[in-house]
This record gives sequence, structure tokens and C-alpha cells, in this order.
Amino acid sequence: MKLLRRLFPAIGSRLVIAVPYLWLLCLFLIPFVIVFKISLSQVTIAMPPYMPVFGLEDGVSGFLEKLRGLSLENYVWLFGDPLYINAYLSSLYIAAVSTLLTLLVGYPLAYGMARAPANLRPLLLMMVILPFWTSFLIRVYAWIGILKPEGLLNQFLFFLGVIDEPLIILNTTRAVYIGIVYSYLPFMVLPLYATLEKMDYSLIEAAEDLGCTRLSAFWKITFPLSLPGIVAGCMLVFIPAVGEFVIPDLLGGPRTLMIGKTLWSEFFSNRDWPVASAVAIVLLMILVLPIVYFQRTQARAREQA
Amino acid sequence: MAGTWGRFNVVALVLGFAFLYLPIVLLIIFSFNESRLVTVWAGFSTRWYGEMLNNRGLLDAAWVTARVAFLSATVATVLGTMAAVALTRYVRFRGRLLFSGMVFAPLVMPEVITGLSLLLLFVAIGFDRGFATVTLAHITFSMCFVAVVVQSRLISFDESLEEAAMDLGATPAKAFFQVTLPVIMPAVIAGWMLAFTLSLDDLVIASFTSGPGATTLPMKIYSQVRLGVTPEINAVCTILIGIVAIGVIITSLVNKRREVLRRREEATP
Repeated sequence: MKLLRRLFPAIGSRLVIAVPYLWLLCLFLIPFVIVFKISLSQVTIAMPPYMPVFGLEDGVSGFLEKLRGLSLENYVWLFGDPLYINAYLSSLYIAAVSTLLTLLVGYPLAYGMARAPANLRPLLLMMVILPFWTSFLIRVYAWIGILKPEGLLNQFLFFLGVIDEPLIILNTTRAVYIGIVYSYLPFMVLPLYATLEKMDYSLIEAAEDLGCTRLSAFWKITFPLSLPGIVAGCMLVFIPAVGEFVIPDLLGGPRTLMIGKTLWSEFFSNRDWPVASAVAIVLLMILVLPIVYFQRTQARAREQA
Repeated sequence: MAGTWGRFNVVALVLGFAFLYLPIVLLIIFSFNESRLVTVWAGFSTRWYGEMLNNRGLLDAAWVTARVAFLSATVATVLGTMAAVALTRYVRFRGRLLFSGMVFAPLVMPEVITGLSLLLLFVAIGFDRGFATVTLAHITFSMCFVAVVVQSRLISFDESLEEAAMDLGATPAKAFFQVTLPVIMPAVIAGWMLAFTLSLDDLVIASFTSGPGATTLPMKIYSQVRLGVTPEINAVCTILIGIVAIGVIITSLVNKRREVLRRREEATP
């Protein structure tokens, strides 16, 4: 019994680490290895729709034989076709523009929240988080009714007499920008708010006492001090936005080119799993640097806390 | 600091929140529209809620989604809390860097990649796609969100409380369950809620990993949205928003109550 008790803490702490570790290893990391392997395979009409398929019954020689069946063909195809390259470039461009727009919309909101009376702040924070709890799909869907040519925005502008003919926004890149800014706004506001709220505002008063204008005090003090929040917020918006599928699919129309849509149609419409895997691997290669950077800044922030 | 900056802040807040809430409010209003046209108001009616309740496919999908969300949120909360404890309590262990990488990466990983990779795993090991695969996939990505929420609470937790319990003879497990867990409970509950709504919402990962007979509500909504906007979808969305809003309000009230009770306990010597 005593031995059991002495052993238990050791086993307990091992289990606390081992169980989530093994879970993520099996369901997060190993799948990427499989995606990589399939990206080197060829498409075929069977189930699963790729070859070769490795099995335990192959033996060593069979394994080596099948290994020779793998090739970089899909990657050559990917980089030879301007469609894919344009989809990658346009995804990066759309994600970058949307991230900037989200920052421009989110910064004043976060600033206003951070400077609000302290007893109001928890409520405001909850109000920013609440839309995040409601379905992403629903929030994107809500914009279809607003942005349609005969939708609510155009009706409203007609009513005001601002426009004579409807603005065409739905099924253009502009609608994708609006959708991304709207859906990802909480991800930008929360880290910004966290840095702005901690800031010592007597610094600004000091700067103003020393003759700084409000605007230059903002640029010289508030903005640099909020940079960690800006970086975290931009990463949280940019990285998932590059691979976004729902927003370009529902708001962007058929002409908007984004890699998430390309991957989806390769997989579901063309049933070309090897090419879809190659698309995913290249996307991962593009995003691995920002992801690692994001993790390092997060880890550092946590250690400081 | 009143004056122009004060006014600027108020305007920023009003505009920001209008942008966040107006689309949702409009969606809810037009779910009560009599007309089939979503954007032309033709009088108040609850007819779309009635039609929704007669839509067998929609109800089946809702039932699948509720079960997947409940199951995956519960398992994800246990695993995510374990991961959070592992990351805050054990500063050094072999492969810690890889572990923290695997916990944080799914937060920003594009869903198409996660969905595709999980599907290919299930196909490779010959696991039939359906209810179980969607649930496993949802556990995997939502446990990371739980871990982050719980970890931020654990960081500010005073570890000496746990040490005191162990000095008084409690085993580490007992100290955790009787001292630490009650204190971090609000974060654990918030993590569960987050995992539940993430699962309730997910379209992309479910589309990849689901099979026949396990169509989830977002998949059903998506296939109908592609055919056009209908008030029936607005009605479904309104009910989903209502469920989530009630859940969030209840948890925040419960947390507030606990907080008040805790303060009262601390105040009495």
C-alpha cells in the first residue's frame, strides 16, 4: 500500500503528460506524415483512390517495390500549373489585406474598451467574445442577405439616396474582405485589448505634459507598447485566413481564387486525393514559419506572465 | 482625459459593436418574416419555425450534432485540462517543445489541412467514417482550445495552496481534485463550453471526416445555403444562437455567483 502510494504520484504525473501527448501524436502529427506519403502517390479509381497502398502483408521486398511507386509528380504538376500558383498568391494577398483591415477596425475598438470605465470592461469583453461563440457559418451566411444586389445594404443606400444602381459586392473579393474582417475581429481585439489594458496611461499624460500632441503621444508611446498585441492579433487572423474555405466559398463567388477552395474542390469534386494532399503540404510549408513564430511569441509571453 | 479622446472612444465602441451585432440581429429579425424572400419584410410570422420542425433531415442532423458536440466537448475537456496541467506544472520533460507545439498549432491551423489529414489517417487505418470519426476529429482540435483556456487560469493559480495540502498529507491526486480543480473550475467550464460550440459550428473538418448517416447540422445548413438563402435557415440559425447565448449567460451567472461566495468565504475569518 505504501509502495503504491509512493509510486502513484510518479504514475499520475506521467499519465497527465502521456495521455494528451499520445493523443496529439496519433491524431495530429502522424496524419501529416500520411498526407505527405499520399501526396507522393498516384490517383486511381478505387477505394482508397490512390496507389500504392502499403500493407503489413507486403514484406520487405514488396515494401521497397511500392516505395519506388512514390514520386514528386504531383508537386511538379502543382508548380507547372499557374492555377495553383495564382491560388496560393491570391490567398496570401487576400489574407494580408484582410489582416490589415481587421487591425484598422479592431484597434479603435480595443482601445475604446481598454479606456472604458473599469466596471464596464468585463461586460464589453463579454460582448466581443459572444459573437465568437455563435456559429462561424451562420455569421458568414448573415452577410449574404446584407450584401446581395437586392440585399439590405443596397436597400438602405437606395433609401438614403446615396446610390442609383445597386453596389455589386457579393461574389467579389470585397465581400471576402468583409467576411474575414467580421469573422476574425474577436481574434484581433482580444490580444490588443490585453496589451492596451495593462498599459500605464500616466506615460501618455507625462508625454502630453512635456508638450507632445495627442497624436504624437499615441505614435510614440501607445502604439509601440501595444506591438506584442498587434503581432499576436495579426498572426491569429492571418494564418487561418490563408487557408479559409467557408468565406471565399459563400461570399467570394466562383471567380475568387483561394487555396482552401482549390483544396476542397480537388478533394470533393475531382476526388484527386494525391493532388489535394500535395496542395495541403505546400500550404503547410508556407504557413510553418508564421506558425512557429506565433508559438514562440506565445510561449515567451506565457513565461513572462 | 475626457473631451475628444473620450468621444472618440465612445464612437469607436458604438461603431465596433454595431458592426459585430447588426448582421446577427438582422438574421434573427428576418427569421420571423412572413415572405419567402429573406430581404423583403412582409409581416411577422413564426411559420418558418413550424416548417423547420417538420423537416426530418434537419432534425436528424441536429441530433447527430448535439451528440457529437456533447461527447467531444467532454473528452476534450479532460484531455485539454491534462495538457494544461502538464504544460504549467512540468517545466522539463522529454519532448516538451514538441508537445507545446502540438497544443498551439491546431489553434491557427487552417481547417482544410486538419480535416484532410484526419480523414487520410482514418482511411489509412481502415476506420469506417461516421459518428465516431467526426467525434475523434472534434476532440483533437477542441482539446487544444480547452488547454489554452485552462492554462491561462492555472498560471495565476497559487501553487503553495496545493503544496500546503500535500504537506498536510494529501496525495498529489487528492490535492489536485480537492484544491486546484475547484479553483480552476470556471476555466474548465468555459473550456467545455468553447469545445461544445466549436464542435457545434464546425463545417470543414466534419465534411472531411464524416460518413454516411452522420451528417451534422452545419453540413446540412451549408448544403441548403448553397442553394440559396431561405427563412427556414434563418430560423435554425436563430435557435442555435439562442441556445449558445443562454448557455453563455448561465455560465457567466454561475461563475459570478461562485466568485461572490468565494469572496464572502474569504471575508469571514
